[in-house]
Amino acid sequence: MLNYTLKRIIALLPIIIGVTIAIFLLVHLVPGDPAKTMLGERATPESIKAVRESMGLNDPLYVQFSRYVNKLIHGDLGRSVISNEPVINEIKVRFPATFELALFGMLFAVIVGIPVGIIAATHHNSWFDNISMMGALFGVSMPIFWLGLMFIWIFAVILKILPPSSRLSVGIALHPITNIYLLDSIIQGSWAAFWDSLKHLILPATVMGTIPLAIIARMTRSSMLEVLKKDYIRTAYAKGLTERVVVYKHALRNALIPIITVVGLQFGLLLGGAVLTETIFSWPGLGKYLLTGIYARDFPVVQGVVLFFAIVFVIVNLIVDLSYSLIDPQINYN
Amino acid sequence: MKDNRKNKKDISNPWLEAWDRLKKNKLGRMGLILVGILITTAILAPIIAPYSFKEQNILKRYQPPSRQHLLGTDELGRDILSRIIYGARISLQIGLISISISLLVGVTLGLIAGYYGGIWDMVIMRFMDIMLAFPAILLAIAIVAILGPQLQNAMIAISIVNVPRFARLIRSSTLSVKNSDYINAARGIGSNDLRIILYHVLPNSMAPLVVQTTLSIATAILEAAALSFLGLGAQPPTPEWGAMLSDARSSLQMAPWVAAFPGLAIMFGVLGFNLLGDGLRDALDPKMINI
Repeated sequence: MLNYTLKRIIALLPIIIGVTIAIFLLVHLVPGDPAKTMLGERATPESIKAVRESMGLNDPLYVQFSRYVNKLIHGDLGRSVISNEPVINEIKVRFPATFELALFGMLFAVIVGIPVGIIAATHHNSWFDNISMMGALFGVSMPIFWLGLMFIWIFAVILKILPPSSRLSVGIALHPITNIYLLDSIIQGSWAAFWDSLKHLILPATVMGTIPLAIIARMTRSSMLEVLKKDYIRTAYAKGLTERVVVYKHALRNALIPIITVVGLQFGLLLGGAVLTETIFSWPGLGKYLLTGIYARDFPVVQGVVLFFAIVFVIVNLIVDLSYSLIDPQINYN
Repeated sequence: MKDNRKNKKDISNPWLEAWDRLKKNKLGRMGLILVGILITTAILAPIIAPYSFKEQNILKRYQPPSRQHLLGTDELGRDILSRIIYGARISLQIGLISISISLLVGVTLGLIAGYYGGIWDMVIMRFMDIMLAFPAILLAIAIVAILGPQLQNAMIAISIVNVPRFARLIRSSTLSVKNSDYINAARGIGSNDLRIILYHVLPNSMAPLVVQTTLSIATAILEAAALSFLGLGAQPPTPEWGAMLSDARSSLQMAPWVAAFPGLAIMFGVLGFNLLGDGLRDALDPKMINI
């Protein structure tokens, strides 16, 4: 297992190097002078010169690249052109917000999606099966930014039971420690802050979890249907085991591998897709930071955040791969 | 009765058989109808739209759905139904054009990688792996960030992010037939590489390619709407569905219909292509058990 893990990590290196080169080159693909584009209306010959100098754009490409990589190794993702703050500091503060949102979105998708998929499979072709699979088809076809707006309209504007935006109500005190607000409020023993941040999480997490929910439900159903046809399931029934034991102990465990794959892949995608949800709900996460960077043509911010997301995505996919052997003892990597 | 006769006559043509199976599949038929409606709307937009998509009337802004304006009016008093009807043209164009480009580039790369193998395969596929290391929407956003927010650039971005899927698909099906007897036979009678690829390798991958193309059009429409919603695609006053939603955000409290209907249009457009794609998959692969 250790060997296999090492092998997989080494296999990832070329990808990570490639991703780094691609992101480094992003700035050089900008049509025209990136310094001029970045400054926009504020561009004067002096300011262009200053930005070119501070970003090192006057050096040859390979010098720029080696400097870029050298900085990356030391955890330096560059500085925002607008605020002059190191990009990595902003990521440290904002990633926990995105992570909290994605985690709850995924939790919602898994808690609802897997049972729906199981019931749809055990009651194949029933009304439940038909309705839930139709729902799943709508789910994957739905623009989540539209769903978000409709949720805000229903739950915040009409019913007024959930807040439409941000992470915490005005007037609720919470000292950020981990920046995962639910955790912070538990650490500080503030139940008011806990409930308040949980209420703020519900709408965006549900919206974010919709597509994964639909995909997980479909995958669980088809994977379960596949397994339920197997001989050993018939044997299990024949020796008098109850349906519960057969479905949950025998079938589900064997159907789990493709489900885990989908869950992991979706979690990675969810982090990247945070841009939309965070924009709709004014959630101060990384996605929103990226978008602010794009609007302001703040290229170091764009590069830093995209690189960070890509690396997280690659790592999540690696963890999914490695987790197979824990779930399925039949898989032996050595 | 009629169908039976037709089946017997066309039994030799697998595409016509698949078409028959698609028409018999309930969901596939629904997809066909939705896509049909979308295409018809796009073609007939100037005829069926009750108003122009840019005709403004400030006096009539934010009118709820009524007999004059079936889906209401927006912040500039424009008829939402007419804008949605014209929007069908834009979404369909985005889907078709950007996926055609992905298809062309992806298939070419996949064929080269699969057929020639070796260094070609390694370089091309590693490049695809790098692209797949980014979540698709994020890569599209990054590309638009560089090229500048415009509908045209959004389409380029969507074309690029969809290339790896086609390349992978064609590569693997090329590999599976490359050393089969009929390819060797073709080579034996003196066919050159281009001929072998066009007449023997490619037709063999047609079925999964058709399915993938249909499903990718659905994704492309959704991605373009998302980019426009973020202000990175179509710019106002273009009646693009995602851009319309973006405009509607500020008036959600007083005029929710401005947001509601363009979203439904996106959903049914995307659903149509998704259903059609699923239906085609079942229809083109009769060996697959229908679960």
